[in-house]
Amino acid sequence: MKPIQSKEEYQTYVETKSPNSPIIKDCFNAFWVGGCICAIGQIIFEICKIRGIDETNSYTIVSMLLIFLSAFLTGLNIFNKIGKFAGAGSLIPITGFANSIVSPAMEYKSEGYVMGVGAKMFTVAGPVLVYGISSSIIVGLIYIIFHTQSITLI
Amino acid sequence: MDWFMVLKAFITGGIICIIGQVLIDKTKLTPARILVAFVTAGAILGGLGWYKYLIDFAGCGATVPLTGFGNLLAKGTITEVHSSGLIGAFTGGIKAASGGIAAAIFFGYIASLVSKPKIKKQ
Amino acid sequence: MIFIKKVGNQSYILSKPVNIASTASIVGPKEKNGPLHQFFDQCLEDEFWGEKSWEKAESKIIKETVNMAIAKSGIPSKDIDFCFAGDLLNQCIASSFGLRESNIPFLGMFGACSTFIESMLTGSVFIDGDFATNVICAASSHFCSAEKQFRFPLELGNQRPQTSQWTVTGSGCAILTKEGTGPYVTTLTPGKIVDMGIKDANNMGAAMAGAAEDTLLTHFQDTGRAPSYYDAIFTGDLGHVGKDILIDLAGSKGYNIKSNYNDCGVLIFDKENQDTHSGGSGCGCIASVFAGYIYQMLQQKKYRRVLMIATGALMNSTSSQQGESIPGIAHAISIEV
Repeated sequence: MKPIQSKEEYQTYVETKSPNSPIIKDCFNAFWVGGCICAIGQIIFEICKIRGIDETNSYTIVSMLLIFLSAFLTGLNIFNKIGKFAGAGSLIPITGFANSIVSPAMEYKSEGYVMGVGAKMFTVAGPVLVYGISSSIIVGLIYIIFHTQSITLI
Repeated sequence: MDWFMVLKAFITGGIICIIGQVLIDKTKLTPARILVAFVTAGAILGGLGWYKYLIDFAGCGATVPLTGFGNLLAKGTITEVHSSGLIGAFTGGIKAASGGIAAAIFFGYIASLVSKPKIKKQ
Repeated sequence: MIFIKKVGNQSYILSKPVNIASTASIVGPKEKNGPLHQFFDQCLEDEFWGEKSWEKAESKIIKETVNMAIAKSGIPSKDIDFCFAGDLLNQCIASSFGLRESNIPFLGMFGACSTFIESMLTGSVFIDGDFATNVICAASSHFCSAEKQFRFPLELGNQRPQTSQWTVTGSGCAILTKEGTGPYVTTLTPGKIVDMGIKDANNMGAAMAGAAEDTLLTHFQDTGRAPSYYDAIFTGDLGHVGKDILIDLAGSKGYNIKSNYNDCGVLIFDKENQDTHSGGSGCGCIASVFAGYIYQMLQQKKYRRVLMIATGALMNSTSSQQGESIPGIAHAISIEV
């Protein structure tokens, strides 16, 4: 090998030396685990439908049950193993959002219930709420601008 | 029970997760950034009114991934804008998503009370 | 002014070699399942070790390791002049809390994962400069407290990249004395800060390999030695990725270290079965591997001349969030019997 002269050259060299993640295997695991979580959701939804619950409430019930399940599995120290195996398969469904709230809450319990659990709960999920809610407000404002005739403002 | 719907949810949800997995492996994005990207993408698609076609097709395959959460926020905002005007832009999103957010906070708190973190074996 | 002990640019040959009287090491359960387990003095069954938090557990680990090393050396603790110790936690709380009852003058050290060798280097200087007769050098790290501080909560279901390293739960301690039968610290090469422009905090090996190369080559040039002078050369914790890079970098400058070089992060875990990806890291990695494995090899005369190069990545989570690159450092000491 020739001696490396610049930082850019080193960067390119390091990339050739660094092993990549096994993307095919990762994607396959993500697909079936993520698919299963969604399918479980759909089964819950179908049961709600049979019981005559309306669509909006059914979707909320699905979310809440999956969140409960995720919190439960996180509490049992199981979710991180699923996450390590499935990657995005358990991260992208609402279960990942719940896990990102539960895991720092458990981790920072040693710093107390207010500034530990209470404050650190949102270290990972906080940005999701900030960007989700902010973008929904922007969507609402833009919607008002384009539909001024049909909407009474106040 | 509509098992064909369950199958469609499985496939659609799986494909959305593959997109996330490619982002994890190919970029250096942290989990928090990927979640933010998905929720924002969902809100934009929801705002444009496109995401509802995916929900019509796949049901929970579209609502369970975090893009569905973003869509829920945007859709709630638009519904509320129709009924209460400008103020609806601020109240609608969280109102629609309140069940999920409240559940996550509450169950998270309970889990942290009763459980202790453990090291990943292997 | 003439520096009589200095050779070349930044190396020092001690006028009277400093004796390593005893060492001690305590490691966690994952290290217990690793290939070096029989060399450690104690392997813990769980990460908490009866404490309420991981930070407290890490303090207990370093405290017990230091006590064990003192007991092995047979030196009364009132005769120990200094304690040099450090760790990875903010403001080095593991070592200062763990050693607050030791009643020995304490100098906190920080060199990220190079802390242990930095402590031994400083301790040797104090002894050779007649400021001390007996000193303690120690360092510790804990997987859980490090993950909590630098990365993500343990229960978060994320995947670790292939280049990432696994922080060793453990501590190593060495007692240096003026008199003794060896092994001896003979040569010191403190390192410069070297920044190779790597920004990926999950690829520390690549970030630190440049510093390791700089110190390694400087050591050879200053002392006029060749790689074959040493029976073994060990780096701190470059891991599998960094180890390969260092072999390449040194090779490109005409130093072939392939045959007698290894890395403590590579040695401590079994790559195939323990899923640690690029290997071990953390202050406790080189500390426990030196205090456990390498020291015994020296005592048994299986190695007669060893070069220890500890590497550290001088960054924290704030600097990496601000998009800074990762500066590396590497300190070398040679130990001979």
